[in-house]
Amino acid sequence: MTFGTKRAGTQKIMRTVLLVSALTSVLIVVLIFVFTVGRAAPAFHEIGIWKMVSDTTWRPGSGEFGILAMIAGSGIVTLGAVLLGVPLALGSAVFLAEIAPEWIAGAVRPSIELLAGIPSVVYGLFGMAVIVPVVRTIPAPGNAGYGVLSASVVLAVMILPTVTSISELAIRSVPAEYREGSLALGATKWETVRRVLIPAAKPGIVSAVILGLGRALGETVAMIMVIGNSAILPAASTGNPLSIFLSRARTLTGNIAVEISYATGVHESALFATGVVLFVLIMLINSLAALLLKKGVR
Amino acid sequence: MNKLETEAKGMSTQNYSLFYGGFKALNRISIQIPSNRITAFIGPSGCGKSSFLRSFNRMNDLIPGVTTEGKVCIDGRNVADEDVVQLRKKVGMVFQRPNPFPKSVFENVAYGPKLHGVKNRSDLAVVVEKSLKRAALWNEVKDDLHKSGMSLSGGQQQRLCIARAIAVEPEVILMDEPASALDPVATLKIEELMNELKANYTIAIVTHNMQQAARVSDYTAFMLTDENRAGNLIEFGTTKQIFTTPSDTRTEDYITGRFG
Repeated sequence: MTFGTKRAGTQKIMRTVLLVSALTSVLIVVLIFVFTVGRAAPAFHEIGIWKMVSDTTWRPGSGEFGILAMIAGSGIVTLGAVLLGVPLALGSAVFLAEIAPEWIAGAVRPSIELLAGIPSVVYGLFGMAVIVPVVRTIPAPGNAGYGVLSASVVLAVMILPTVTSISELAIRSVPAEYREGSLALGATKWETVRRVLIPAAKPGIVSAVILGLGRALGETVAMIMVIGNSAILPAASTGNPLSIFLSRARTLTGNIAVEISYATGVHESALFATGVVLFVLIMLINSLAALLLKKGVR
Repeated sequence: MNKLETEAKGMSTQNYSLFYGGFKALNRISIQIPSNRITAFIGPSGCGKSSFLRSFNRMNDLIPGVTTEGKVCIDGRNVADEDVVQLRKKVGMVFQRPNPFPKSVFENVAYGPKLHGVKNRSDLAVVVEKSLKRAALWNEVKDDLHKSGMSLSGGQQQRLCIARAIAVEPEVILMDEPASALDPVATLKIEELMNELKANYTIAIVTHNMQQAARVSDYTAFMLTDENRAGNLIEFGTTKQIFTTPSDTRTEDYITGRFG
């Protein structure tokens, strides 16, 4: 019993302090959820949850609060961002981890990381000034440049740093023995990357993509600036189904941000309900990531 | 076999030196490694025996700043002039720590043949079975070829790596301390396996374990660093001669455990 009582006391206090700090974030999440659901309750009660998420008409003036159009809008820009951004990010990650000499990687890596620090409103400006005018040149009826494609491009750039750096880390942490084993069998560098390194790094790459998805789904300001914000179900304007990407749309986040400043009553409550849907979607994605990561560790 | 023929068939080096940047790690090594025999490289840590072994399949190419002088020849051809993919197909390697890929047993063995153009599933199955049998692993894994190679024991993993190397039909197998991470029973199995393999392959093994060299090899090369810390080949001969009547006192000192 050489333990001083004073040291034992400090130990106890510190334990409590650390426990409280850890619980704070849990408490905050619970609070946010409870209050958002609380404020959404009137809308859910009056309109009905199912009716809200399955109806495509959002017309607050005439009491119609269907958010399916926004769910679709968020879904399609996120899909577009992943389709455009993930291959690019994966390519950068392989380049940085395997191909680039250290001095080039040392120059490229900080600039990719810098992308993560740019405020999203600046991405929005970039989208309006550069992406939208380019998209506008695509000949299609009603195409003004603002819409799903522009939003997807901007979003793809925004998720690039997250997906790149986590994928690079995953590839770098593949044991060097695998690399040597493959090369010693006469594999080229590219074959080694494709057949051994990427499969071995897959759990990490999948979680990188899912983190990117979460980021994409939550993005607000930049989306408002380039997506056109019409609360309509994105649809193809010509016979070509790809023209759906030229459609205007609105995201779940954008729906809240655009209208919350003047909404009252059920309308306001319906915006909170939009938040709840967003919250649940993000939670689903995060649990999926956790599940896949756990499976990867085995 | 006359002298010319041996030279044309086996592995040899002539005045071969290797540098890591400005540091000379191997100093003018000349050796003629007999075909279809096991040649062991022994010597204290840091004497360059692993670097030397890796010269035969040009694994040293992966390290930035490595330069060489002299020649390393396989079947009379300078390895520096060969296509590295073809060279490594001909010269297989087994590493110190078993390194199966995180794939199934089947996919581990099929990896090399697939790279080199075997596509047909049934052809692959034949190669996989043959290689696993040669590596004395077939009976232990045949019931479940689709379980992960990583789920095998250390000794089984190393035999899987040997099967993986054999599957591309090399002429030479380089083994870099293949049993140093294994327990005695698994080590014995690897040694027995090497004895069977030498009928078909030329084997060069680096080992820290002198008993192992004495047990498995037909020829032994003793390496030692000189005053500049560069690795030199001190003596090369039949294992029996090196272990019983070494001609160099440094070899004798090392063998009898006076240093190292």
